[in-house]
Amino acid sequence: MPWEFRSDCPIYAQLIEKIEQKICSGVYPPGTKLPPVRDLAQEAAVNPNTMQRALARLEDVGLLYTHRTSGRFVTEDTDLIRQLKNRLVQEHIRDFLEKMRQLGFGREEILAAISRIMEESKDE
Amino acid sequence: MSNYILECKDLTKTFGRVKAIDNVTLSIPQGCIVGLLGPNASGKTTLIKLCNELLTPTSGEIYIAGLKPGVETKKLVSYLPERTYLNDWMKVADIINFFSDFYADFNKEKAYDMLKRLNLNPGDRLKTMSKGTKEKIQLILVMSREARLYLLDEPIGGVDPAARDYILQTILGNYDQSATIIISTHLISDIETILEHVIFLKEGRVVLYKTVDEIREESGKSVDSLFREVFKC
Repeated sequence: MPWEFRSDCPIYAQLIEKIEQKICSGVYPPGTKLPPVRDLAQEAAVNPNTMQRALARLEDVGLLYTHRTSGRFVTEDTDLIRQLKNRLVQEHIRDFLEKMRQLGFGREEILAAISRIMEESKDE
Repeated sequence: MSNYILECKDLTKTFGRVKAIDNVTLSIPQGCIVGLLGPNASGKTTLIKLCNELLTPTSGEIYIAGLKPGVETKKLVSYLPERTYLNDWMKVADIINFFSDFYADFNKEKAYDMLKRLNLNPGDRLKTMSKGTKEKIQLILVMSREARLYLLDEPIGGVDPAARDYILQTILGNYDQSATIIISTHLISDIETILEHVIFLKEGRVVLYKTVDEIREESGKSVDSLFREVFKC
């Protein structure tokens, strides 16, 4: 299945997000070798040059590194991965809070709703 | 050799009083996938036919890898026309042999591999096939050549969305990344993510030539929505 993309922002930026998610969730654990650009591009159904650009950006920030002959790997720097997790969690929660505010919920209401819903979905 | 696989300089093609291609200057580099987009009668097919020497320019110049379109460039260019030209009574396997006799760069193994991936039987005759299946066969034949430039005129119009994804992935998995693919289509949203550059043609002129991500970055819109805006009726 091709990956899903939103229409409002560049594809390479969305590729970065998706690969970050995979690193964060452990689909790509620290030190794993990534598939070749072409295979990744094919899996996502995106242009190989666009995929290449996304991977290069992730290399710039250190989340990926290239080993001259053997390919591209996920960083083994667990601090860096922890920072990534922190950043993603902040981004998602800020988005969520913004939406709740737009719906007119206050701080206490949001917290109450979160604990109630988490309690309700415990058994699932 | 030129870094550009396709170059047009002040290219014009007129049919009677109609300017089908109107003073187009354009350079397309090697190693990219380009969408040639425009409404009906915007000149997409005319431009592709000029690349193939099926039409000759009224004025201006056109070069494929630095050469004027002719016998030599046909070795470099793999072309999918908008309509089929294959003999209905032939079996797929016969057509594959035919292509492999005809084109030095035809890779049989690739053709059979793609047939298998798309679940098509080499023993079937074309006339027993649906429109969509015929389109798949033609595309497989064209993509099985190891060409420098692929010109695909409306390649996925007749196939269902599920098969479209599969075909696009097949294209992505099979082309040599130093080659260039030019795809003309109306089905922008289906192929947008596999394109690197897009060209908007309007009444024979290039009104936009940018990368997909430039468009998305600058306008905050997909190429599909921008197209609908630019060509609003």
